[in-house]
Amino acid sequence: MAKQHVTATINGEESEFLCETQQTMLDVLRDVVGLTGSKEGCASGDCGACSILVDGTLVCSCLMLGVEAQGKSITTIEGIAQGDHLHPIQQKFLEHAALQCGFCTPGLIVATKALLDENPNPTETEARYWLAGNLCRCTGYDKVIRAVMDAAAVMRGEAA
Amino acid sequence: MNYIDSSLKVVGTRPIRPDGVDKVTGRAVFSADTRASGMLWGKIKRSPHAHARIVSIDTSKAEALPGVRAVLTSKDFPVIASEEAFVGEGPMNFRDLSDNVMARNKVLYEGHALAAVAATSQSIADRALELIEVVYEVLPHVIDVEDAMAENAPVLHADMFTAGVNPKPSKASNIAKVVTFKKGDIDAGFAEAEVIVEGSYTTQPVHQAYIEPHACLATYNPDGQITIHASSQGHFMIRAYTAKLLGIDMANIRVNPAEIGGGFGGKTLIYLEPVAVALSRKAGKSVKMQMTREEVFRGSGPTSGATVTVKLGAKKDGTIVAAQQVLKFQAGAYAGSPIGPGCMCGFAMYDLPNVDVVGYDVVSNRPKVAAYRAPGAPISSFAVECAVDDLAVKLGMDPLTLREKNAAKNGTKTHYGPTHTNIGFEQVLAAVKTHPHWSAPLPAGQGRGLAVGFWFNIGGESSATVHINEDGSVMAATGSPDIGGSRASIGMMVAEVLGVPATRVRTIVADTASIGYTFVTGGSRVTFATGMAATQAAEKVVDELKRRAAQTWDIPVDAVEWKDGMAYPAGSNAGAFEPLDLAALALKQAKTGGPINAEVSVNAQGAGAGFGAHICDVEVDKETGRVEIKRYTAIQDVGKAIHPSYVEGQIQGGAAQGIGWALSEEYIYNAKGLMENPGFLDYRCPVASDVPMIEAVLVEVPNPRHPFGARGVGEVPIVPPMAAISNAIRGAIGLRMPDLPMSPPKVRAAIDAAG
Repeated sequence: MAKQHVTATINGEESEFLCETQQTMLDVLRDVVGLTGSKEGCASGDCGACSILVDGTLVCSCLMLGVEAQGKSITTIEGIAQGDHLHPIQQKFLEHAALQCGFCTPGLIVATKALLDENPNPTETEARYWLAGNLCRCTGYDKVIRAVMDAAAVMRGEAA
Repeated sequence: MNYIDSSLKVVGTRPIRPDGVDKVTGRAVFSADTRASGMLWGKIKRSPHAHARIVSIDTSKAEALPGVRAVLTSKDFPVIASEEAFVGEGPMNFRDLSDNVMARNKVLYEGHALAAVAATSQSIADRALELIEVVYEVLPHVIDVEDAMAENAPVLHADMFTAGVNPKPSKASNIAKVVTFKKGDIDAGFAEAEVIVEGSYTTQPVHQAYIEPHACLATYNPDGQITIHASSQGHFMIRAYTAKLLGIDMANIRVNPAEIGGGFGGKTLIYLEPVAVALSRKAGKSVKMQMTREEVFRGSGPTSGATVTVKLGAKKDGTIVAAQQVLKFQAGAYAGSPIGPGCMCGFAMYDLPNVDVVGYDVVSNRPKVAAYRAPGAPISSFAVECAVDDLAVKLGMDPLTLREKNAAKNGTKTHYGPTHTNIGFEQVLAAVKTHPHWSAPLPAGQGRGLAVGFWFNIGGESSATVHINEDGSVMAATGSPDIGGSRASIGMMVAEVLGVPATRVRTIVADTASIGYTFVTGGSRVTFATGMAATQAAEKVVDELKRRAAQTWDIPVDAVEWKDGMAYPAGSNAGAFEPLDLAALALKQAKTGGPINAEVSVNAQGAGAGFGAHICDVEVDKETGRVEIKRYTAIQDVGKAIHPSYVEGQIQGGAAQGIGWALSEEYIYNAKGLMENPGFLDYRCPVASDVPMIEAVLVEVPNPRHPFGARGVGEVPIVPPMAAISNAIRGAIGLRMPDLPMSPPKVRAAIDAAG
């Protein structure tokens, strides 16, 4: 089966890849591009471990075809930190111990980025509903929500 | 040495975990992230039937498909004799595990593995699975535990004769084992009782539902050397099972522990690794395998569903004088439910004179159960704690007062044998009493529930090494996979002993060839047992560092003192020398005896039992039957919190899993014995909007058997939630919900039935 040639911006860099037409964006990222930070927890859009941003919109990459990335700007967990500088969301996840096994963490951080880009000052309830598409089985969400709220405050310039 | 009364600089603080940055940047390598050059993709063909005889398997068409490099069935695995194994968590029979990994004569549940392929791509492997032709003779199936125990039930195993009864039965049945515990005289106890309550309860199987599906990468070299990358709760467990199931020497297998994306007990046994190794051997290439979520639900885990009855007898003053429990646990397709701990844990919170507990381990056409967080205890305690609450209502007594009155204390002899020592249950109940949640006014329409829970915790075999690097920085390595922050707690204990900041110690999980044997990460044992090994290794290193300083200064070793990461002369008599820090001593290592390191292996005993109490407020939507948790507080004796944030995290996570067990999670089967909800959309784990903040309250009653006083903390918090919520619902709507999950349809039906 002929593979498709796709051009996309991935984490700020112009990228090209060849993929099978039925290959999901998640499989392309993991198996073709070599970015394994996005995780497969369900492959049905229920767990959010594969969350990425496509032109700024939060998407489960397991529900998107690789060929749909043509011309799009893709941000994965690997593109959240700026070089050596962790994003405030990443920093707050560490400080609040908002991860245990760390498998859902990339998806949660990407989803939080999308939340705070859209709503810099969410209520706890808004944060909980926004992140309801990201399953975490370890933390009970308590420390995750605290990290999100704290990161939001830092990004608004309200806290240290 | 014991540090319980020492002033501590590292233990008890909240540093950032050593593996943290890897995990927030996507760099952490989980099993599915591993790659090998030229690797193939392995996939498993699974049974579409709940119970069937395998008449024939024809793999010829699959083998002929271009890109397919190996196809195998049970014929490629050695026949294993029945033999009890204690490799993972809970007893396991090697023969059963072999049959579970690759069905030999019968498939015993939908999703049972019966063939496997390795191909050059995932899509070719999928097509090859479809080309494998299997002829089945479909057999009658049985799903539910009571049905499986019935006289005329379809029997899964012709050679299963109930163990634990005398005389041994002459007829095969689905009852693998009967467990009994007795204390005192139950009949006399009930005769003495002035108030009696009874209840029948059911729980559904729930999956551990780790977000990372099982995955591995295996390479079989032509010289017989095998490398496996696997995500598990014990890479030594992977090695032992793979060696046994394939008849290979352990020395030929090296297992590298990938990061593990959650396990909760469900990754204490194997599914894929022997298959991947066998495929690799046949194909001559590395083979990578990973389960889909559907395979995880149909083919792995869950824990038992059960029916439980409880009968309690008490005096009018609240003294419980008789306690009786019958538990029937689903084991799945093979013997081995957590019926033992189930029978032990339900009544272990109380000081009871007369106890009678009977438990049944029952097979049926479901996936073989795997350990799940405090295996058995949540099921047993759900029933007991509902009954205790009903007793409080009947006595007109406050539920906390009733529990205080009957609480187990130091010196209480349990019904299963051991006597409680150094437990902190009274302190936990005292913390309930003084917590603002317990006395907070309850808004109209809400109900408040209280339940307590127990897990005995385990110790066991662990190995740890501590190395001083050439520049004086520190490496700590253990054999315990880090499932939720144990690298942090291990490194902190080592740092405390060495007198250096936590950031000076890098902690890793070493592979099976690089460190001594270490039992699985399970039973809440790692911070206790592996922490003990690491602490002792650090102490040996300190002894060695003192010896090196003494040699440098040419003074006796007992004239050297180790403090804050440096060697000092102990007092003025020892001489006037500038202190030597780790870097200075490391610099001299070649001249003072070579590399400075120590490895310690222990079989840790004295894991302190853990007790917890949960308070929860709920509101019930009478229109829809939906239960909303409004406030949740979890109080637990943790011994000593090494890294309090991760201790709180264990408690919050356990409580949330319990909330799912209570309200929404269940396996749903149709009439054909097929699971209807094998995905996260229909198997409903709690999401962020389903739960409130969970306040974790740490009570610290030190465990004297651990150098820092730690006791296991991971399992207790999943024990109380189901009863706490049922008790809260009773408070809110006046109805007892005895059947899990207490999902909206069930709650609504109960409200309707009550009129």
